[in-house]
Amino acid sequence: MAEIIQAEGKQKGGKKKAKKFSTHIDMTPMVDLMCLLITFFMLTTAFSKPKAMEITMPEKDDNTVKEAPKIAADRTINILVSGNDKIYYYFGVADPKLPLPQLVSTNYSKDGIRKMLLQRNKLVFKAVYELKQKVTKGEEVLSDTALTRRIKELKKTVDPKAPIILIKADEKAKYKNLVDIIDEMAICTVANYAVVDISDLEKQMIAGTAVSAPAK
Amino acid sequence: MTPMVDLFALLLTFFMLTTSFRPTEAVVVDTPSSISEKVSPEKDVITILVGKDDKVFLNFDNGKDTSKLIRKEVLKKIAEQFNLKFTDKELKTFSTWASFGMPADKLKAWINTADSKDREKFNVGIPTDSTDNQLNLWVRFIRLQNPNADVAIKGDSDADFKTVKHVMDILQDNKVNKFNLTTNLMKDEAKLEE
Repeated sequence: MAEIIQAEGKQKGGKKKAKKFSTHIDMTPMVDLMCLLITFFMLTTAFSKPKAMEITMPEKDDNTVKEAPKIAADRTINILVSGNDKIYYYFGVADPKLPLPQLVSTNYSKDGIRKMLLQRNKLVFKAVYELKQKVTKGEEVLSDTALTRRIKELKKTVDPKAPIILIKADEKAKYKNLVDIIDEMAICTVANYAVVDISDLEKQMIAGTAVSAPAK
Repeated sequence: MTPMVDLFALLLTFFMLTTSFRPTEAVVVDTPSSISEKVSPEKDVITILVGKDDKVFLNFDNGKDTSKLIRKEVLKKIAEQFNLKFTDKELKTFSTWASFGMPADKLKAWINTADSKDREKFNVGIPTDSTDNQLNLWVRFIRLQNPNADVAIKGDSDADFKTVKHVMDILQDNKVNKFNLTTNLMKDEAKLEE
Protein backbone atom coordinates (compact mmCIF):
# COMPACT_ATOMS: atom_id res chain seq x y z
CA MET A 1 0.00 0.00 0.00
CA ALA A 2 2.80 2.32 0.83
CA GLU A 3 3.57 4.52 -2.06
CA ILE A 4 6.96 5.90 -2.38
CA ILE A 5 6.97 9.10 -4.24
CA GLN A 6 10.02 9.41 -6.16
CA ALA A 7 11.17 12.88 -6.71
CA GLU A 8 12.80 12.99 -10.00
CA GLY A 9 15.92 14.90 -9.88
CA LYS A 10 16.07 17.33 -12.69
CA GLN A 11 19.32 17.85 -14.18
CA LYS A 12 20.00 21.41 -14.88
CA GLY A 13 22.99 22.98 -16.31
CA GLY A 14 25.04 19.92 -16.03
CA LYS A 15 24.94 20.07 -12.24
CA LYS A 16 24.66 16.66 -10.87
CA LYS A 17 22.36 16.32 -7.93
CA ALA A 18 22.15 13.26 -5.84
CA LYS A 19 18.83 11.53 -6.39
CA LYS A 20 16.49 12.35 -3.54
CA PHE A 21 13.89 9.93 -2.35
CA SER A 22 11.02 11.22 -0.34
CA THR A 23 10.50 8.99 2.66
CA HIS A 24 6.85 9.93 3.09
CA ILE A 25 4.46 7.04 3.24
CA ASP A 26 0.83 7.56 2.46
CA MET A 27 -0.82 6.84 5.79
CA THR A 28 -4.41 7.63 4.88
CA PRO A 29 -5.58 4.03 4.46
CA MET A 30 -4.04 3.06 7.76
CA VAL A 31 -5.71 5.97 9.52
CA ASP A 32 -8.99 5.01 7.92
CA LEU A 33 -8.65 1.50 9.18
CA MET A 34 -7.77 2.67 12.67
CA CYS A 35 -10.75 4.99 12.73
CA LEU A 36 -12.95 2.11 11.77
CA LEU A 37 -11.54 -0.17 14.42
CA ILE A 38 -11.81 2.46 17.14
CA THR A 39 -15.42 3.06 16.25
CA PHE A 40 -16.06 -0.66 16.31
CA PHE A 41 -14.51 -1.14 19.73
CA MET A 42 -16.18 1.94 21.15
CA LEU A 43 -19.59 0.74 20.12
CA THR A 44 -19.22 -2.84 21.25
CA THR A 45 -17.56 -2.16 24.58
CA ALA A 46 -19.65 -2.64 27.69
CA PHE A 47 -18.09 -0.24 30.12
CA SER A 48 -20.38 -0.34 33.09
CA LYS A 49 -20.50 -3.88 34.31
CA PRO A 50 -23.95 -4.82 35.49
CA LYS A 51 -24.33 -4.85 39.25
CA ALA A 52 -26.52 -7.09 41.28
CA MET A 53 -28.29 -6.93 44.58
CA GLU A 54 -28.57 -10.16 46.40
CA ILE A 55 -31.72 -11.22 48.12
CA THR A 56 -32.34 -14.43 49.93
CA MET A 57 -35.86 -15.66 50.23
CA PRO A 58 -37.09 -17.86 53.05
CA GLU A 59 -37.06 -21.48 52.05
CA LYS A 60 -40.31 -22.89 50.86
CA ASP A 61 -41.23 -26.20 52.35
CA ASP A 62 -44.64 -27.56 51.62
CA ASN A 63 -44.29 -30.59 53.83
CA THR A 64 -44.11 -28.83 57.14
CA VAL A 65 -47.03 -27.04 58.66
CA LYS A 66 -46.57 -23.37 58.08
CA GLU A 67 -46.53 -21.15 61.06
CA ALA A 68 -45.66 -17.54 60.70
CA PRO A 69 -42.56 -16.70 62.70
CA LYS A 70 -43.46 -14.69 65.75
CA ILE A 71 -42.09 -11.20 65.67
CA ALA A 72 -42.75 -8.31 67.98
CA ALA A 73 -45.61 -6.23 66.65
CA ASP A 74 -44.16 -2.98 67.95
CA ARG A 75 -41.03 -3.48 65.86
CA THR A 76 -42.88 -4.38 62.70
CA ILE A 77 -43.35 -1.98 59.84
CA ASN A 78 -45.36 -3.24 56.90
CA ILE A 79 -44.66 -1.63 53.56
CA LEU A 80 -47.29 -2.17 50.92
CA VAL A 81 -46.20 -1.60 47.35
CA SER A 82 -48.87 -1.00 44.76
CA GLY A 83 -49.23 0.12 41.15
CA ASN A 84 -48.73 3.65 39.82
CA ASP A 85 -45.69 4.03 42.09
CA LYS A 86 -47.90 4.17 45.13
CA ILE A 87 -46.54 3.00 48.44
CA TYR A 88 -48.14 2.67 51.86
CA TYR A 89 -46.99 1.66 55.28
CA TYR A 90 -48.48 0.80 58.61
CA PHE A 91 -47.09 -0.27 61.95
CA GLY A 92 -47.90 -3.44 63.79
CA VAL A 93 -50.19 -6.12 62.46
CA ALA A 94 -53.36 -6.10 60.44
CA ASP A 95 -55.67 -8.62 62.03
CA PRO A 96 -59.34 -8.88 61.10
CA LYS A 97 -60.13 -9.39 64.77
CA LEU A 98 -58.41 -6.22 65.89
CA PRO A 99 -59.05 -2.62 64.96
CA LEU A 100 -57.25 -1.81 61.74
CA PRO A 101 -53.93 0.01 61.93
CA GLN A 102 -53.72 3.33 60.21
CA LEU A 103 -52.44 3.09 56.65
CA VAL A 104 -50.16 5.92 55.63
CA SER A 105 -49.65 6.75 51.99
CA THR A 106 -46.22 8.01 51.00
CA ASN A 107 -43.81 8.03 48.07
CA TYR A 108 -40.33 6.93 47.04
CA SER A 109 -38.72 10.34 47.44
CA LYS A 110 -36.23 11.42 50.08
CA ASP A 111 -38.92 12.89 52.26
CA GLY A 112 -41.21 9.97 51.78
CA ILE A 113 -40.52 6.48 52.89
CA ARG A 114 -36.85 7.16 53.60
CA LYS A 115 -37.60 9.75 56.25
CA MET A 116 -39.78 7.32 58.13
CA LEU A 117 -37.28 4.49 57.81
CA LEU A 118 -34.39 6.63 58.96
CA GLN A 119 -36.30 7.85 61.93
CA ARG A 120 -37.15 4.35 63.02
CA ASN A 121 -33.72 3.00 62.25
CA LYS A 122 -31.80 5.98 63.62
CA LEU A 123 -29.48 4.17 66.02
CA VAL A 124 -28.27 1.56 63.56
CA PHE A 125 -27.93 4.06 60.74
CA LYS A 126 -25.92 6.41 62.92
CA ALA A 127 -23.56 3.68 64.09
CA VAL A 128 -22.93 2.43 60.57
CA TYR A 129 -22.57 5.97 59.22
CA GLU A 130 -19.99 6.87 61.87
CA LEU A 131 -18.00 3.75 61.17
CA LYS A 132 -17.98 4.49 57.46
CA GLN A 133 -16.91 8.09 58.13
CA LYS A 134 -14.04 6.86 60.26
CA VAL A 135 -12.88 4.57 57.48
CA THR A 136 -13.06 7.26 54.79
CA LYS A 137 -11.20 9.70 57.03
CA GLY A 138 -8.57 7.11 57.70
CA GLU A 139 -9.04 7.04 61.47
CA GLU A 140 -9.68 3.38 61.26
CA VAL A 141 -8.17 1.09 58.67
CA LEU A 142 -10.38 -1.78 57.66
CA SER A 143 -10.40 -3.99 54.64
CA ASP A 144 -13.60 -4.26 52.65
CA THR A 145 -14.49 -7.64 54.06
CA ALA A 146 -13.73 -6.51 57.60
CA LEU A 147 -15.91 -3.46 57.08
CA THR A 148 -18.84 -5.53 55.88
CA ARG A 149 -18.40 -7.80 58.87
CA ARG A 150 -18.32 -4.87 61.26
CA ILE A 151 -21.45 -3.39 59.68
CA LYS A 152 -23.18 -6.72 60.01
CA GLU A 153 -22.24 -6.85 63.68
CA LEU A 154 -23.47 -3.32 64.26
CA LYS A 155 -26.78 -4.12 62.62
CA LYS A 156 -27.22 -7.03 65.00
CA THR A 157 -26.12 -5.47 68.23
CA VAL A 158 -26.73 -1.73 68.26
CA ASP A 159 -30.47 -1.52 68.58
CA PRO A 160 -32.49 -4.36 70.10
CA LYS A 161 -35.61 -2.54 69.01
CA ALA A 162 -34.54 -1.99 65.42
CA PRO A 163 -37.47 -2.21 63.02
CA ILE A 164 -38.42 -5.35 61.18
CA ILE A 165 -39.70 -4.49 57.75
CA LEU A 166 -42.11 -6.64 55.83
CA ILE A 167 -42.31 -5.75 52.16
CA LYS A 168 -45.51 -6.76 50.46
CA ALA A 169 -46.27 -6.04 46.86
CA ASP A 170 -49.60 -6.51 45.15
CA GLU A 171 -50.26 -7.56 41.57
CA LYS A 172 -50.27 -4.06 40.20
CA ALA A 173 -46.75 -3.27 41.38
CA LYS A 174 -43.93 -3.06 38.91
CA TYR A 175 -40.62 -4.84 39.27
CA LYS A 176 -38.93 -1.47 39.58
CA ASN A 177 -40.93 -0.72 42.70
CA LEU A 178 -39.65 -3.87 44.38
CA VAL A 179 -36.05 -3.07 43.51
CA ASP A 180 -36.51 0.50 44.70
CA ILE A 181 -37.85 -0.49 48.06
CA ILE A 182 -35.20 -3.15 48.64
CA ASP A 183 -32.66 -0.55 47.66
CA GLU A 184 -34.15 1.81 50.20
CA MET A 185 -33.48 -0.84 52.85
CA ALA A 186 -29.84 -0.87 51.81
CA ILE A 187 -29.64 2.93 51.87
CA CYS A 188 -31.15 3.12 55.35
CA THR A 189 -29.08 0.15 56.56
CA VAL A 190 -32.13 -1.73 57.75
CA ALA A 191 -30.99 -4.98 59.32
CA ASN A 192 -34.15 -7.06 59.13
CA TYR A 193 -36.40 -7.10 56.14
CA ALA A 194 -38.21 -9.69 54.12
CA VAL A 195 -40.30 -9.84 50.98
CA VAL A 196 -43.51 -11.64 51.86
CA ASP A 197 -46.89 -12.28 50.30
CA ILE A 198 -49.63 -9.72 50.65
CA SER A 199 -52.79 -10.72 52.47
CA ASP A 200 -56.35 -10.14 51.29
CA LEU A 201 -56.98 -7.80 54.16
CA GLU A 202 -54.04 -5.66 53.14
CA LYS A 203 -55.27 -5.53 49.57
CA GLN A 204 -58.57 -4.29 50.92
CA MET A 205 -56.76 -1.73 53.01
CA ILE A 206 -55.09 -0.34 49.90
CA ALA A 207 -58.40 -0.26 48.09
CA GLY A 208 -59.95 1.41 51.10
CA THR A 209 -62.64 -1.21 51.53
CA ALA A 210 -61.29 -2.97 54.59
CA VAL A 211 -63.71 -3.42 57.43
CA SER A 212 -62.37 -3.57 60.93
CA ALA A 213 -63.37 -5.66 63.91
CA PRO A 214 -66.60 -7.39 63.03
CA ALA A 215 -68.90 -6.72 65.99
CA LYS A 216 -70.18 -9.80 67.63
CA MET B 1 -0.88 13.85 10.69
CA THR B 2 1.59 11.86 12.77
CA PRO B 3 0.25 13.06 16.15
CA MET B 4 -3.24 12.15 15.07
CA VAL B 5 -2.14 8.70 14.04
CA ASP B 6 -0.34 8.33 17.34
CA LEU B 7 -3.48 9.27 19.20
CA PHE B 8 -5.55 6.86 17.16
CA ALA B 9 -3.13 4.07 17.83
CA LEU B 10 -3.28 4.81 21.53
CA LEU B 11 -7.05 4.88 21.60
CA LEU B 12 -7.26 1.72 19.58
CA THR B 13 -4.92 -0.10 21.94
CA PHE B 14 -6.91 1.15 24.92
CA PHE B 15 -10.22 -0.01 23.56
CA MET B 16 -8.82 -3.33 22.44
CA LEU B 17 -7.45 -4.04 25.88
CA THR B 18 -10.42 -2.86 27.92
CA THR B 19 -13.12 -4.34 25.76
CA SER B 20 -15.44 -6.91 27.16
CA PHE B 21 -18.03 -7.58 24.57
CA ARG B 22 -21.59 -6.82 25.34
CA PRO B 23 -23.45 -10.10 25.19
CA THR B 24 -26.26 -10.27 22.73
CA GLU B 25 -29.53 -10.89 24.44
CA ALA B 26 -32.85 -12.08 23.16
CA VAL B 27 -34.59 -9.02 24.49
CA VAL B 28 -33.60 -5.50 25.43
CA VAL B 29 -33.86 -5.19 29.19
CA ASP B 30 -33.71 -1.82 30.86
CA THR B 31 -32.69 -2.74 34.39
CA PRO B 32 -33.69 -0.65 37.39
CA SER B 33 -30.98 1.11 39.37
CA SER B 34 -29.76 0.48 42.87
CA ILE B 35 -26.86 1.42 45.11
CA SER B 36 -25.50 -2.10 45.14
CA GLU B 37 -21.87 -2.26 44.09
CA LYS B 38 -21.60 -5.98 43.93
CA VAL B 39 -20.67 -7.06 40.44
CA SER B 40 -23.17 -9.36 38.85
CA PRO B 41 -21.81 -12.87 38.36
CA GLU B 42 -20.64 -13.43 34.81
CA LYS B 43 -19.66 -17.05 34.66
CA ASP B 44 -21.45 -20.13 35.86
CA VAL B 45 -24.75 -18.36 36.04
CA ILE B 46 -28.34 -18.97 35.05
CA THR B 47 -29.88 -15.71 33.89
CA ILE B 48 -33.60 -15.27 33.65
CA LEU B 49 -34.60 -12.24 31.68
CA VAL B 50 -37.99 -10.68 32.12
CA GLY B 51 -38.85 -8.29 29.34
CA LYS B 52 -41.03 -5.19 29.33
CA ASP B 53 -43.96 -7.17 28.02
CA ASP B 54 -43.54 -9.83 30.74
CA LYS B 55 -42.06 -12.40 28.43
CA VAL B 56 -39.53 -14.68 30.07
CA PHE B 57 -36.21 -15.59 28.51
CA LEU B 58 -33.48 -17.85 29.70
CA ASN B 59 -29.75 -17.93 29.37
CA PHE B 60 -27.29 -20.31 30.93
CA ASP B 61 -23.68 -21.09 30.21
CA ASN B 62 -21.63 -24.21 30.01
CA GLY B 63 -20.46 -23.88 33.59
CA LYS B 64 -17.03 -23.59 35.13
CA ASP B 65 -15.72 -26.53 33.19
CA THR B 66 -16.83 -25.64 29.70
CA SER B 67 -15.84 -29.04 28.36
CA LYS B 68 -18.84 -30.53 30.14
CA LEU B 69 -21.11 -28.73 27.68
CA ILE B 70 -23.97 -28.30 30.08
CA ARG B 71 -26.12 -26.57 27.50
CA LYS B 72 -25.91 -29.61 25.26
CA GLU B 73 -26.83 -32.00 28.04
CA VAL B 74 -29.75 -29.87 29.15
CA LEU B 75 -31.09 -29.64 25.64
CA LYS B 76 -30.86 -33.43 25.34
CA LYS B 77 -32.94 -33.77 28.48
CA ILE B 78 -35.49 -31.29 27.19
CA ALA B 79 -35.64 -33.17 23.88
CA GLU B 80 -36.34 -36.38 25.77
CA GLN B 81 -39.11 -34.71 27.70
CA PHE B 82 -40.87 -33.32 24.65
CA ASN B 83 -40.09 -36.20 22.26
CA LEU B 84 -37.91 -34.08 20.04
CA LYS B 85 -34.90 -35.14 18.09
CA PHE B 86 -31.85 -32.98 17.67
CA THR B 87 -28.89 -33.79 15.49
CA ASP B 88 -25.37 -33.48 16.85
CA LYS B 89 -24.87 -30.36 14.82
CA GLU B 90 -27.98 -28.76 16.24
CA LEU B 91 -26.90 -29.60 19.78
CA LYS B 92 -23.51 -28.07 19.14
CA THR B 93 -25.00 -24.92 17.66
CA PHE B 94 -27.26 -24.54 20.66
CA SER B 95 -24.36 -24.88 23.08
CA THR B 96 -22.57 -21.91 21.56
CA TRP B 97 -25.53 -19.55 21.57
CA ALA B 98 -26.85 -17.47 24.43
CA SER B 99 -30.31 -16.42 25.56
CA PHE B 100 -33.50 -17.73 24.08
CA GLY B 101 -37.18 -17.72 24.84
CA MET B 102 -39.58 -19.99 22.99
CA PRO B 103 -41.68 -23.08 23.57
CA ALA B 104 -39.65 -26.28 23.28
CA ASP B 105 -41.28 -27.37 20.03
CA LYS B 106 -40.00 -24.23 18.30
CA LEU B 107 -36.41 -24.78 19.37
CA LYS B 108 -35.45 -26.84 16.35
CA ALA B 109 -36.71 -24.28 13.90
CA TRP B 110 -34.94 -21.57 15.86
CA ILE B 111 -31.61 -23.37 15.80
CA ASN B 112 -31.90 -24.01 12.08
CA THR B 113 -32.62 -20.43 11.18
CA ALA B 114 -29.39 -18.97 9.94
CA ASP B 115 -30.41 -15.34 9.72
CA SER B 116 -30.31 -13.57 13.06
CA LYS B 117 -33.10 -11.19 12.05
CA ASP B 118 -35.38 -14.10 11.29
CA ARG B 119 -34.37 -15.77 14.53
CA GLU B 120 -35.71 -12.88 16.56
CA LYS B 121 -39.22 -13.75 15.47
CA PHE B 122 -39.03 -16.94 17.49
CA ASN B 123 -38.49 -15.10 20.75
CA VAL B 124 -41.98 -15.18 22.15
CA GLY B 125 -41.03 -16.12 25.69
CA ILE B 126 -40.83 -19.41 27.55
CA PRO B 127 -44.22 -20.66 28.75
CA THR B 128 -44.45 -20.42 32.52
CA ASP B 129 -48.10 -21.07 33.31
CA SER B 130 -48.90 -23.97 35.57
CA THR B 131 -50.36 -26.14 32.78
CA ASP B 132 -47.26 -25.92 30.63
CA ASN B 133 -44.44 -24.85 32.90
CA GLN B 134 -41.46 -25.21 30.62
CA LEU B 135 -39.31 -22.75 32.54
CA ASN B 136 -39.59 -25.02 35.55
CA LEU B 137 -38.30 -27.95 33.49
CA TRP B 138 -35.42 -25.95 32.09
CA VAL B 139 -34.38 -24.73 35.52
CA ARG B 140 -34.67 -28.21 36.98
CA PHE B 141 -32.51 -29.79 34.27
CA ILE B 142 -29.91 -27.04 34.50
CA ARG B 143 -29.80 -27.40 38.28
CA LEU B 144 -29.35 -31.13 37.96
CA GLN B 145 -26.45 -30.64 35.56
CA ASN B 146 -24.90 -27.70 37.32
CA PRO B 147 -26.06 -27.46 40.93
CA ASN B 148 -23.64 -24.69 41.86
CA ALA B 149 -24.69 -22.14 39.29
CA ASP B 150 -25.73 -18.73 40.55
CA VAL B 151 -29.11 -17.43 39.56
CA ALA B 152 -29.56 -13.92 38.30
CA ILE B 153 -32.87 -12.30 37.52
CA LYS B 154 -32.60 -9.51 35.03
CA GLY B 155 -35.92 -7.81 34.94
CA ASP B 156 -37.03 -4.74 33.08
CA SER B 157 -38.10 -1.75 35.18
CA ASP B 158 -41.52 -1.93 33.62
CA ALA B 159 -42.03 -5.65 34.05
CA ASP B 160 -44.84 -6.61 36.37
CA PHE B 161 -43.92 -7.67 39.87
CA LYS B 162 -46.37 -10.52 39.41
CA THR B 163 -44.27 -12.06 36.64
CA VAL B 164 -41.04 -11.69 38.57
CA LYS B 165 -42.68 -13.17 41.64
CA HIS B 166 -43.88 -16.09 39.54
CA VAL B 167 -40.34 -16.64 38.27
CA MET B 168 -39.05 -16.51 41.84
CA ASP B 169 -41.64 -19.06 42.89
CA ILE B 170 -40.55 -21.39 40.10
CA LEU B 171 -36.95 -20.97 41.20
CA GLN B 172 -37.82 -21.62 44.80
CA ASP B 173 -39.60 -24.79 43.78
CA ASN B 174 -36.22 -25.83 42.44
CA LYS B 175 -34.51 -24.99 45.72
CA VAL B 176 -33.00 -21.74 44.60
CA ASN B 177 -33.39 -19.30 47.45
CA LYS B 178 -30.70 -16.80 46.64
CA PHE B 179 -31.15 -14.48 43.70
CA ASN B 180 -29.07 -11.78 42.18
CA LEU B 181 -31.27 -9.01 40.91
CA THR B 182 -29.32 -7.35 38.15
CA THR B 183 -29.34 -3.58 38.43
CA ASN B 184 -27.51 -0.49 37.29
CA LEU B 185 -25.36 1.35 39.75
CA MET B 186 -26.72 4.68 40.89
CA LYS B 187 -25.17 6.29 43.94
CA ASP B 188 -27.48 7.57 46.58
CA GLU B 189 -26.87 8.33 50.19
CA ALA B 190 -29.11 9.12 53.10
CA LYS B 191 -28.32 11.71 55.73
CA LEU B 192 -29.64 12.02 59.20
CA GLU B 193 -31.20 15.30 60.10
CA GLU B 194 -29.98 16.34 63.48
